[in-house]
Amino acid sequence: MSYPTDLKYTKEHEWIRDNGDGTATVGITDFAQSELGDIVFVEMEPEGFEFEQDEVFGTVEAVKTVSELFAPIAGEIVEINEQLEMEPELVNDDPYGDGWMAKISIEDEAQLNDLMSPDEYKEIVA
Amino acid sequence: MLKRTPFYNLHEQAGAKLIDFGGFEMPVQYESIRKEHNAVREKVGMFDVSHMGEFYVTGDEALDLIQYVTINDVSNLVPGKAQYSAMCYEDGGIVDDLLIYMLGENEYMLVVNASNIDKDFEWIAENNSFDAELTDISEDTCLLAVQGPKSVETLQKLTDTDLSAIKFYTFELGKLAGFDDVTLSATGYTGEKGFELYFNKNNVDSEAIWKAIMEAGEEFGIEPCGLGARDTLRLEKGFALYGNDITKDTHPLEARMGWLTKLDKGEFMGRDALVKAKEEGLSRKLVGLTIDDKRSIPRKGYTIFDEEDNEIGFVTSGSRSITLGTNIAMGYVDIGYADEGSSVFVEIRNKKAEAAVTKPPFVK
Repeated sequence: MSYPTDLKYTKEHEWIRDNGDGTATVGITDFAQSELGDIVFVEMEPEGFEFEQDEVFGTVEAVKTVSELFAPIAGEIVEINEQLEMEPELVNDDPYGDGWMAKISIEDEAQLNDLMSPDEYKEIVA
Repeated sequence: MLKRTPFYNLHEQAGAKLIDFGGFEMPVQYESIRKEHNAVREKVGMFDVSHMGEFYVTGDEALDLIQYVTINDVSNLVPGKAQYSAMCYEDGGIVDDLLIYMLGENEYMLVVNASNIDKDFEWIAENNSFDAELTDISEDTCLLAVQGPKSVETLQKLTDTDLSAIKFYTFELGKLAGFDDVTLSATGYTGEKGFELYFNKNNVDSEAIWKAIMEAGEEFGIEPCGLGARDTLRLEKGFALYGNDITKDTHPLEARMGWLTKLDKGEFMGRDALVKAKEEGLSRKLVGLTIDDKRSIPRKGYTIFDEEDNEIGFVTSGSRSITLGTNIAMGYVDIGYADEGSSVFVEIRNKKAEAAVTKPPFVK
């Protein structure tokens, strides 16, 4: 299992990367994709959807189970990873890279900073 | 403390994800359910299903006891034949589904679901007013299921018994991988050609048998398979799973088990209730459902509606079909919607997805 050091993590097993331009990229962790198993599709709320922190803003369906995606911070969806439409398995193969799920705007930098560090996250999945 | 099968260490070494299933620590998947599922449909796969329960029934009235507690006609069996059946409570509700093996005159083996072992044993014992002895041999009995189009070729390399001569739902005792007294049973839960292998863990090196089968199947692309693939495979074929599609609150006639319910075989537990249910006519039925919308995967417990938003049923099993790429389910619907081609709606995350009622199997 890998947990890149440039990311922040949530207890709901999502990662978030600060893109430095007022947006952040969101996906699920290596642990999450492994627990879910073969992912069949990812359904995000549409671009322009505004959400509060911890609000459900997407769904991940695996063969055996379904899991909701909780917004790690408040913001708005600015881009959805369209490639997942045809290749949902990218989430399994490359959860921190091509398997990203959405780009969102950052409403409150402080929320982002309060999320878990890689070391803190590693402790909850250990 | 969860129970473990003799294959536990091999599962761990293979990197399996282990879960609690019926009190056992079992592999749900190794690398990928999809890969395992496809191996069974296209090549060959092996499942450790040693968590299943096995009982011996022996004695002068062994047949009478089994006849009394099960719904199929056990007198049709001859030594070397197996039968699919179910046990019912007095009200017709299902205790469990099971396989009955006739080992010899007055000698049978019952194979029951892991999570029901204690309940079933007590139920049969409670109804044993016959000259029959019931013994739980689950602890000592290992069960491997080798399934898929290449299963026979794989296993044939390890035995002198002519496996192609063992017909569906029959079995023979033979030597496998150098070990005597392995029951070679042409049965399974995947809808593919295959064998289920029963042996006593005290007489056989379980790990050696597993390794020998993996080695024999290597040239065909054998995969170790977990309970996840077992579930997607059985659902595609419309096989019922106890706890999902059949429970104490469902009876065999509504659960598409009418074909094995022999109401005229004589007195048996649940018969009166089932005769009455038949006379009154079914109020609901277990059906197959297919959903065209790719994003709507039906899951156990989801509610089924008619086009006017009236609740008419519930989903008992559902998944993406790996073979078909479409979404499939089984569930109970009011009898007026049970005909093939009926249109119903499954509520999935506050949205209603249109579903077509169909008759399983989904994968022919």
